Amino acid sequence: MSNVSAADVATQAAALAGNTQGYWSGVIRKLARDKVAMTCLGIILLLIAAAILAPWLGLADPYRGAIARRLRGICWLDGTLDCAAVSTPWGPHIYWLGGDEQGRDMLARLIHGGRLSLFIGLLPVLNAFVIGSLLGIVAGYRGGTVNTMIMRTIDVFYAFPSVLLAIAISGALGAGILNSIVSLTIVFIPPIARVAESVTTQVRSLDFVDAARASGAGAFTIIRVHVLNNVLGPIFVFATSLISVSMILASGLSFLGLGTKPPEPEWGLMLNTLRTAIYQQPLVAALPGAMIFMVSICFNLLSDGLRSAMDVRT
Amino acid sequence: MLIYLIRRLIFVLPIALAVGVVCFSLVHIAPGDPLVSILPPDAPQTLVEQMRKSYGFDQPMPVQFGIWLGKVVTGDLGTSIATSRPVAGEIGKAVGNTLLLAMVATLIGFFFGCLFGFVAGYFRDSVIDRIAVTVSILGVSVPHYWLGMVLVICFSVLLPWLPATGAGPGSSADWRWDWEHMRHLILPAITMSVIPMGIITRTVRALVGDILSQEFVDALRAKGLTDGGIFRHVVKNAAPTALAVMGLQLGYLLGGSILIETVFSWPGTGFLLNSAIFQRDLPLLQGTILVLAMFFVAVNLVVDVVQTALDPRIKRG
Repeated sequence: MSNVSAADVATQAAALAGNTQGYWSGVIRKLARDKVAMTCLGIILLLIAAAILAPWLGLADPYRGAIARRLRGICWLDGTLDCAAVSTPWGPHIYWLGGDEQGRDMLARLIHGGRLSLFIGLLPVLNAFVIGSLLGIVAGYRGGTVNTMIMRTIDVFYAFPSVLLAIAISGALGAGILNSIVSLTIVFIPPIARVAESVTTQVRSLDFVDAARASGAGAFTIIRVHVLNNVLGPIFVFATSLISVSMILASGLSFLGLGTKPPEPEWGLMLNTLRTAIYQQPLVAALPGAMIFMVSICFNLLSDGLRSAMDVRT
Repeated sequence: MLIYLIRRLIFVLPIALAVGVVCFSLVHIAPGDPLVSILPPDAPQTLVEQMRKSYGFDQPMPVQFGIWLGKVVTGDLGTSIATSRPVAGEIGKAVGNTLLLAMVATLIGFFFGCLFGFVAGYFRDSVIDRIAVTVSILGVSVPHYWLGMVLVICFSVLLPWLPATGAGPGSSADWRWDWEHMRHLILPAITMSVIPMGIITRTVRALVGDILSQEFVDALRAKGLTDGGIFRHVVKNAAPTALAVMGLQLGYLLGGSILIETVFSWPGTGFLLNSAIFQRDLPLLQGTILVLAMFFVAVNLVVDVVQTALDPRIKRG
């Protein structure tokens, strides 16, 4: 699923444990110098902003079609460079990025599509980050039987390839946005819990935790003050490396008809409905996938940048 | 080695059982009564009760699981709701095609991944290294179902060289290694090979870099060994891990092939899953998932054993 091994993250945590306040500002400074990561961050923020602000950007209605204009090409790429407005039921309109199989404006649908696509891609990782960290930290801190019970249960989910597990759960629950978020959350909890467990186990054995325990701090205080501060960073970095996979899988589920339902604009679903149009308008048909690709690359590169900025060894 | 093998096999049993539990519960997490899809909505109550009894749904959950497990072990995966044919037979026809596609894709990915990885690891920070790193990032970031569409657009639509869908003439079960069949394999296999290629490139690059920075390489060089000789040592050290990653990737591809099979209408297990999902054919869904997950467990087992046999540094404990 990802190439960050638990051991890598654990050594980072051990290195982190000795750090103080200036650490995060150092990370931000390092990240700000990383041109690739900053470009990716810029693109992601821009897409998120466009997705949130979509209804107020003066775009066409993403649900309203013009059957006479179905599968219109991208006007500035079809050789004629004819980007004049054409008449539609809602008045003259320029199809800057072509029209889909019902003559709906692709530009509007791509930008509106970002809302659902980013939402169903990001939310599972966020959910899994919260639940997986909780399980992993408890397992790592308590050790013993609790650890065995939590971690062996998690091992069961490792016996499934991630895509298969997502499709199995979604397929059984049926189509729907909520179901696809639930299934992807279940897919991402095990890897995050594993990393959280191994990092916590390492931090727990460090001297300052013993010192806190010796001075009478309760388990909850130790976890909140000493463990959490030192393990959340590495777990967070690991979680960011899963976002790209999550985006691809979430749109993939919609592509299979298991996520979003028509006529909602969502990149995976748009890719599926335009699949039959590859002979008439190949460029238009490929656009939604290009969006997924771009977001996925940006999250991967940003996560790589974050990891090297947080790695104290470099 | 034999004792290790036996112990490892025993170790797999609880995992396999747990996979069984998950697959069994798939039907029960599905919303609604499992009988709804086979009975008309106005079915009389007595018929519903009778069906419930004949399917065993009136039994307590653990008993149902026991009965189900007993059937699965003897190869009875139930009956498809949509086609009324045994699920095991349907999967048997499809699984060969998925294996073929996944294996060819893994081999392509392994070959190019090793090639890029070795070159990049040897010439760290060179232009070639940068290209290899970029290719591997693109490989793990690309939505492969979209890449499949793009390849179809390029090589079937714009340049009419290769077929866009299907697995060649004849029924899905008679694959032959002739051009008529192989040309159908090219696009899906290349599409599928991109992910393992990216991951293997990353792994091999890091491995080669690590190995070259170790002291024994300096010792070999000081001894006067040629570059070719050193290369042999690097390959020997990198092989167990690279092969292990390849095995795991094969497992992932077997499970993840549904999206690519959908794009290319490849008649494999992904195609079965797809129709199972759309017709709410839960026995077919359950059976297919079970078989694919068991393949994954088996592949993991083989990878572990092969790695232990190849790498003398791993203790056969």
